[in-house]
Parts: sequence; structure tokens; C-alpha cells
Amino acid sequence: MSKPKVAFYWCASCGGCEESIVDLAEDILGVVAAVDIVLWPVAMDFKRHHVEAMPDGSITATLLNGAIRTSEQEEMARLLRRKTQVLIAYGACAQSGGIPALANQFSREQILKYVYEDSPSTVNPEKTRPQTRFEEEGRVAELPEFRNVVRSLDQVVDVDYYLPGCPPTPKVLKGALEALLSGKLPPKGTILSPDTATCMDCPRLDSKPQDLAIEQFRRPHLTAMDPEKCFLAQGVPCMGSGTRGGCEAQCPKGNMPCTGCFGPTSKVHDQGAKLLSALTSTLAAKDEAGINQALKGIPDPVGTFYRYGLAKSLLRRKVDLQ
Amino acid sequence: MSHHKHGNNQGNGGSEPVRVGVYTCYCGSNIAAMVDVEAVAKFAEKLPGVVVSRAYKYMCSDPGQELIAQDIKEHKLNRIVVAACSPLLHEHTFRTATGRAGLNPYFLHMVSIREHASWVHDDKANSTEKAKEILQGAVARVALHKALEKAKVPVNPDVLVVGGGIAGIHAALTLANANKKVILVERDATIGGHMAKFDKTFPTLDCAACILTPKMSAVRAHPNITLKTWAEVTKVEGYVGNFKVQIKQKPRYINEDLCVGCMECIKACVFKEPKFSDEFNQGLGKRKPVYIPFPQAVPPVVLVDPATCLKLKTGKCKQTCVEACGERKAFDFEQKETFEEVQVGTVIVATGFKTFDAGRQALYGYGVYPEVYTALEIERLINASGPTGGHLVTKKGEAPKSVAIIHCVGSRDEHTNKWCSRVCCMYSLKLAHMIKAHTTAQVYNFYIDMRAAGKGYEEFYNRVLEEGVQFIRGRVAEVTDWAMTPDEEGRLVVRAEDTLAGFVRRIPADMVVLATGLEPHKDAQDVRRMFNMSCSGEGFFLERHPKLAPVNTPTDGIFLAGACQGPKDIPDTVAQAGAAAAEALALIDRGHVEIEPNTAYVVEEECSGCKTCLSMCPYTAITRDEVKKKAVINPAMCKGCGTCVAACPSGSIRQNLFEDEQVLVEIEEVLTRAA
Amino acid sequence: MQHKDKTPQAPEAWKPRLLAIFCNWCTYTAADLAGVSRMKYADNVRIVRVMCSGRVDPQFVLDAFARGADGVLIGGCHPGDCHYIEGNYKALRRSELLKRMLADMGIEPKRYRLEWISASEGDKVQRVINEMVTEIKALGPLDLPGRAKAWDEEVAELEGELKEKKGECANV
Repeated sequence: MSKPKVAFYWCASCGGCEESIVDLAEDILGVVAAVDIVLWPVAMDFKRHHVEAMPDGSITATLLNGAIRTSEQEEMARLLRRKTQVLIAYGACAQSGGIPALANQFSREQILKYVYEDSPSTVNPEKTRPQTRFEEEGRVAELPEFRNVVRSLDQVVDVDYYLPGCPPTPKVLKGALEALLSGKLPPKGTILSPDTATCMDCPRLDSKPQDLAIEQFRRPHLTAMDPEKCFLAQGVPCMGSGTRGGCEAQCPKGNMPCTGCFGPTSKVHDQGAKLLSALTSTLAAKDEAGINQALKGIPDPVGTFYRYGLAKSLLRRKVDLQ
Repeated sequence: MSHHKHGNNQGNGGSEPVRVGVYTCYCGSNIAAMVDVEAVAKFAEKLPGVVVSRAYKYMCSDPGQELIAQDIKEHKLNRIVVAACSPLLHEHTFRTATGRAGLNPYFLHMVSIREHASWVHDDKANSTEKAKEILQGAVARVALHKALEKAKVPVNPDVLVVGGGIAGIHAALTLANANKKVILVERDATIGGHMAKFDKTFPTLDCAACILTPKMSAVRAHPNITLKTWAEVTKVEGYVGNFKVQIKQKPRYINEDLCVGCMECIKACVFKEPKFSDEFNQGLGKRKPVYIPFPQAVPPVVLVDPATCLKLKTGKCKQTCVEACGERKAFDFEQKETFEEVQVGTVIVATGFKTFDAGRQALYGYGVYPEVYTALEIERLINASGPTGGHLVTKKGEAPKSVAIIHCVGSRDEHTNKWCSRVCCMYSLKLAHMIKAHTTAQVYNFYIDMRAAGKGYEEFYNRVLEEGVQFIRGRVAEVTDWAMTPDEEGRLVVRAEDTLAGFVRRIPADMVVLATGLEPHKDAQDVRRMFNMSCSGEGFFLERHPKLAPVNTPTDGIFLAGACQGPKDIPDTVAQAGAAAAEALALIDRGHVEIEPNTAYVVEEECSGCKTCLSMCPYTAITRDEVKKKAVINPAMCKGCGTCVAACPSGSIRQNLFEDEQVLVEIEEVLTRAA
Repeated sequence: MQHKDKTPQAPEAWKPRLLAIFCNWCTYTAADLAGVSRMKYADNVRIVRVMCSGRVDPQFVLDAFARGADGVLIGGCHPGDCHYIEGNYKALRRSELLKRMLADMGIEPKRYRLEWISASEGDKVQRVINEMVTEIKALGPLDLPGRAKAWDEEVAELEGELKEKKGECANV
């Protein structure tokens, strides 16, 4: 029996997810031995036409990371979907848009104008913009189109499983690969990480008071943070209480509050709204003035509560953009 | 990519498919006039899971309820939706009907297409569409309902009665006679309330003291009543059947158990003459620093006023009072306020009213002209035990030749209080009669309308008319001392348009009586909050339903009696006090209350133990199991507000009947256009 | 589901849709009172009952917008009057930040409102609903379902194109 074929692919992402595969360290050898890698652009030289040539459904599993921002990423997602039995959205961007989806607060025009004209480091007197089609001497080059909306993978194609995280931790990845190789897969659509919030794993939980009443929210970079005490007890917004576990509270252990990269637990419909509700509910103030004073520590609620999940939020996108 | 499940299609036991019966009510023409009820019923037939859809004249009637019961049996329905009036009115009715037919009552959902559609809109097509969409929300929601059970909690048989006026007295005696233990708390030094100040009562003219004081004594003597005067309720916790109440005892500086009410100390006080304004006599008489509110006070115990007592003010006094008390040793100048906690199962709030501050009606000269009185002051002046021994005389000691009674002062008035105080017409007639009986004065009543609706009231009005009391219909413009004729010199003049005769009249008067209206107490809002009640617009405590639950409040186990709920006369007050006592007795005799099951619960395996919910609960129903490191909700303490549910960051706390999925599907469906 | 018509209406036929979530004890009762008093108000509102404004999860508000509400109104007891002592304060705290977040997401502030309406203020139910409907009419439709559909046209277009050129593909 031939080894299962596995593909890795990246779309709109930082490359951290690719790193996380390497982070398996010596365990990666076992993986490489157990599977045939048929596509891995970051590490190996495969072409798209190689994939196209494969029979549909011939890839056992594809781990696709990154959000979907361009037409090319859409095409590749569709292509891999067709060729793959088990498509896994790998990491926060593929799962829910991730950091790139914060761009859903701006229109394509706003982004292009800033990047190609207005940013301080840009010199572009002709105001040249990327084109989707370029002709020279009879040759035609077609380039990907920059889409108006950043999407999660499942907003473009059907997804079988999700591996959360920015990036997913080696432990989560290893668990998923083992399930895959053993054929013991959970029901379709499962997020392959514990469905309990990160607080459970956080060593600081004991220091969280029972009668938490936050006087003032504080921004992490402006606060001398106690390395032991619950962040919320210090007024620092921490998303651990509403963020799926599996990371073993790595950020709090490194003296940074959780920012929510593992996404919400399965009973939550909108990560940002739920976190907003949880954090503001525990404020001490009872009048508008006091509440708003305390909330000065959260100047950017969208960036705070939807840092990794704006594409999959109920609103998805700043609504008045064209 | 629907983010919440849309109709899980699971029926009663979990395996049967959902079978919904939809019942749309005409409510006579109340709904049908503005909603096409037949069209709504027809529309509902096509909604997912609907097996039967019917329209009926009066769903709440016996045949209406029977219709549901029949269908449950015949069509094996496992979900019921009723679209009729407000669920606050009849949800209970239909839950009971559903339960009677053998289906768990919480498989019913009721929506309002009357209060929220037919009564508030005037376009029939739009109202019909709205009704369809409301129904669509209900049908989708009810599919996700679960079978629930009410919890039973025992009822503490002891009752707290707050306020010792005639309402509180009557309620307390009724309960005590039924062999229930009652704690009666009164913030004044004596019980009796306003009624104790009255001379006679309309329309029968029985002497107020003669009918009230026996009841006051009965309260003190009753083995089942613990009377706490000069005390206030300061904190209320708990819930129906199980209230924990904190009572503050203000210092009397007299040991109540040792004082025998001989009043020797009053005689012996270093102040030889009464010098300080006497509250009970509306400031018309004087009292000493050690005093008893009135001779028949209950308890018959003196008290010391720390604001005027030399010993308490300065520490320096010969303390002749203590000497007079002698062996009884009832004085205790070291007394401090104390707090006591009591447990009761039900509470009757009978805190009464205050009279309108006549000074607010500046044109009538109260507080400016000495001969302008409030009605309550006149009550004291004509009372044999009042400051003048029952002689109605002016401040100069002369018998008045002319007395004007002005109705509706602080009632039926845009500028002060809009409501009718209900008792002023009648007590004005009574005072007119009494003044006639006490003096030879001519008596004028200035009124807007005569309101004499009550048994024997109109007859009394006729009697007073025949006695020669003058009635002038017109709201008084002003009371002035500016004389225009020699007859008016040195007297007050009441100026009003006589709207029957059609001209402005000036009536000279030696005394003017202002028939002040009834108002909520100044601290009614604090009392309301403490007992978790509501107030209606004018500030009186709000009954649960103006017709059908007039002594109930929105909080189970808390009942209203008397004028704290709205102005009323003594017969109505006593009737309501009896009704409040009966409601309390009903709860006590049943022995337990059923708690609505809309409580929150934790899904243990999903809870991360993050503690967010702990500070959400005002009832401390949520604790943390420190072994499992999970939140735990005590359903007996949970009141079902759902605040912790909305705050739970991982969605691990849910609320029965208000599950996220249920609310979300309702939102989705009411927003979806009905074809 | 055939009984539903989710297609967007022609602009001239557009009627704002207002979702109201009212607490059982104060605002829902006030809405009942408005009914009993026959106070007429705009028929664009749909009222959902919860026990306390403290139960209002910001998810409900976003969900309502996502499902096509043009405005969302939350009604609770006045401060100090909550039937559950403090639920309305929790609602207020959430609401203050939610308002800012909605504004950051491009939803005009007038589309979301938290009002304290006591059981006796039937007239306030009438006034607030009428005011909101007037204000939202001036703002025009929010129509998030329609907008989301428009956003996704670019995806649908590609799907169409790919089907056309099935088989022929450019080299990578």
C-alpha cells in the first residue's frame, strides 16, 4: 500500500504556520517517513501543473494555511479542494481570517492607495498600481487580483477540519497528524483542539479574584505587568477566558496576555462580541462616565476582540465599504 | 455556514420529530380588527413542523384551552404556540392547559399579537404581516424547547407587615387570627397611622378612635404578633417563601419592656411646660422632650427626642424624669440603634401615604396666613383629644363665623399632582359637617366636581347639602388678605370663579381649610427598590395587574395593602389589607412555592473555571467547585436573569427557556419577511 | 424554505426593520402598557423578550444586524431599578463598548440604542420606537445580508470563470 499523500500550501499568511511544521523538530522525520509530500512550496519545488495533473481526490490530506485574499489563492484553494480527501484549514488565518482579515476594516481602494501612494516609504510619482493583466510584445501575463474582502478558507471552499492557532502549536499539529495517519478522525468540521477555554491551563488563574471588578483597562505595552498575577486582575485585557485551549497558555506563561488566536469555543457564535461581553461585564463602574474612563484602555475594540477572527465574525467586514 | 442550528427537529423524547400546534386568537375583535387572524393561521400551516394551525375567538376560554388539549392528544402534538395577548397575562393559563393534556408545559411558547400588534398599529396589512413574523419566530423557537420541571421551595410561614396604619394593622390581625406569626414594623413610635389622627370617619361618622384603638390594642396583645415600633426595614434579601429581612430599631432611650406608660416622667421633665412642636398634632400643639405621641398610643410607651432632650443634647440635666421613673428604671440614655435579622416567607407592604405639602400651592397662602389650615390640622383641632380640646377656634381663640374649604389642593392639577386623591371630597364633606356641628360658622366648599362614589357617600353629600353648607363649583384662584369691602377687613378672602353662576366670587373667611391630596412617601423609591417592586407613574407602588392582581407585586411573595398602592379610603384599605393577607395565607398554606425553571446552568465539561460569572450574580448563586475548578450554579438561588449567561466567555453557561439558540433563531425568524 | 422571501426589496418599497430586545419586568411590560393604552407606533419593530437586559449578549445585537435588522433597540429597567438588582448595569457596560465597536465597523450610531424604560412608561416605548424608525429611515437600509451577498460576488464570478475555462490552465 502506498503512503498517504500530503500537501502543504500557504495563502495570505506570514509564514509562521510553515515554521510551525518545522517546529515539530525531530518528530518531523517520522512524518516525512510516513507520508509522501506532494506539494510544499515553501520547502520543495512543485508546480501547479503537477497538482493539476493528479487525479481528483488523490491527495489524502492538505494542510492549507493563510487567509484568502487574492484570486490566485481562491483558485489554488479550489484546486486543492478538488484533489484532496481531507482539507484542513491550518492556523488562525485559514480558520477565521487571522491578522490579514483585520484589513476587512478597509476597502481595496483604501489599501492600495495607502500602499502604493500614501505610505511614508513609498516613492511612486506615476502612481503605478498592480494590474491583473499585462501585455508586452505579444506576450500576456495574468496576475492575481487583490480581492475586496479577506476570507477564511471555508468561505471559499468546503473545509473538513480546523487546526487553530497563530501558529498552531507542535502539540496540536502532532495530534492532528496522528489522528489522520491512524484514520481515527472526528466528525467533519471539528476544530482539532480542546473545546475548553485557555484559562483552564493558565497558571495565573488562581490569582484571579472571585469578585473581579476591573477599575481601569490598561494597555499591555504601557503597563508594568506582574509576571504571576491574572492579567484581568491587573486591568490588562486578556482573551484567555473566551479562547479555545490547546496552546497550554503559552503567552501568559511568557508574560503576555492571550490575544485569542485559537479562536472561540464551539458554543460561541461571535468571538469578539462574546469577549467584549465578558470583559466589560466585569467592570466596576456603573455610570457612563466611569465606564468610558475604564474603557480608555481598549482604544481599538475591533483589533482587540477580533484580532484573528474578523473574517468569520457576524459582521465580517466594515459594513459601509464598497 | 449557519452559525446556529435551525430547528433540531428533535421532539419530546429526543427522537420524535417536532409536531407543532399553532393557535391564533381573535380576542373577540381586539386582535381580529387589526390582524387578519385567518390569514395568519393559514400562513402558520406552512411553517416547518406545524401539524395543526387554528384560529379561535377566545383562546383563553375553556373551549379554547380544550381545543389545544384535544389536538395534543389527537395529533400527537409535542410543541404548542399560542399567538394571542401578552404572555405576561396568559402564558400561565396555556402552560397549565398544555400540562393538563399531558405535554410538558415548557413545550409551549406564547407570543403577543395584541399588545404588540393589533393594539399599537393602524394598518391591517402591516399588522398582519407583523403577526406572521412574530409567529414564525415562535414556531422556530419552540422547536428548540426542552422539557423543564419547576423546583419546589418551602415557604416560611412567618409574615412581615411593613407599616402600622389601618392597612398594616388589619393585615397583621387577619394573619395572626389565622394562627400565623407576624412581625409588624412601624417607623413611628406608635401604630395607628393617619387614621389615629382623625376625629370622625365618613360617611357614618363613627369616631375613628373608637373603631381603631381596639384594633391597635389587639395587635399589641396578640400572641402571634411581634410589634416593632420606632423601627425600619433596612435590607431585604432572598425570594418568595424565604426572605431575610434586616430591621433597624431606632433608640427610644426607654426600655420598652420596663416602661408601663404611667407618664410620670413627662410630668417630671425639667421643662415645666411643653415647648416643642408636637408631630402628632401637626405642630399645632406642644410636647416635651420626653413624650408619648398620643394618650392611646400603642405601645403605650414614652420616648425621648434626642434633638430637644437636655441630657442627650448637652449631657447636663437634672434628669428629673429618671427620678420619677424610679424603681422601674426604664430610662436608658445609652441606647444605640440596633439591627436585627428576621426570616419570613411573605411580606405585606402597607407603608401608606403622605399628604400634599400645601405650601407648594403658593396662591392659597398656606404658611403665610395663619388662618389657612390643612384638612389634617382641622382634624386635630376638632378632635376632643387635640390641642384645643376639640374647640374649633382661630389662632386668636375666636370661633370662626365663616370657613372656606378648598377641594383638590395637590390633586387633579397639572402643576402639582394629576391624580384624584379619592378621599378629599368625602373628608371635606365630613369636615363641613363637623364644623357646622362645632360652630355657628357658615361653611363654603369650593370644588371642581363632587366625587361621592361609595356606599352611603352620595347620601351623605345630600345630608350635608341639607344642613346648609354652601357649595361653589370652581377652582379657587387665590386666598388673600387684601380687603376690598369693610366686611373683608381683617379676614381672608377666597376668590374663585363660580362656574355655575358664571361670575367671580369673593368669599370672606375666618378660616380656610385646604383639602390636601394624597402622595407617595418621599422615600417610596427607596422602599420600592428594597422590596424589588415597581412604581406607577405618580410614584405609588405598582400592583401586578390593575384588575386581576391588585395586591400582588411583580415580586412573588410581596403584597401591597392600603394607600401605598394609590389613594384610597378606609373601607377600601381594609378590604385590600384583607386581600393581601389572604394572598399571603394562600402561599403559606400551600407550604411551598414553585420556582420557574428559567434558571441558568453550567455545562461542566465546557467550563474552564475562568471565574467571570462569579461576580455577575447578585444572588451569589454561582460558586466555584475548587476541586473540579468549575463554576456551579445553585438553581434554588438562581433567579433566572441570565446576566451570567451573556457574560460567560466560552458559552458554557446556558439558561433554560432563554438558550442562545432559542433567542437567536427567534431573532432570525422575526426579521425574516413573511411571504 | 419556500415561505420566505429573502430577496432584497426595491429601494422605494424598503421599510426599516427594527429588532427590539426588552427585559421582562420593565420594558416588555411598558410595551404591553403601550398596547393596553392603544398608543400607536411604527409597525417596523419586532420585540423579543428576555428576562433582563443583563441577558442581552452582544452576540444577539450583531446577529440581528447580520440577519437584516436596520436597527436594534435594547430596553431595560432604569438604573437602580433592575428586577435583578444589577443586570442593567452589566448591559450598560457592554453597551458602551459595543457602541464604539459598531461605529468602528461602519454601523451608524443611531442604529443601535439602549434605553431605560420602566413598566409605567408606555409612552416612552412609543416615542423611542417612532424616533428610531424615523432616524433609520433617514439613514436608509443597512441590509447586511444583501451587502454580504454583494461582497461575495467576486468569489462567485471566479467560480463561473473557472467553470468556463475548465481544463485549460496557465503554468505556475
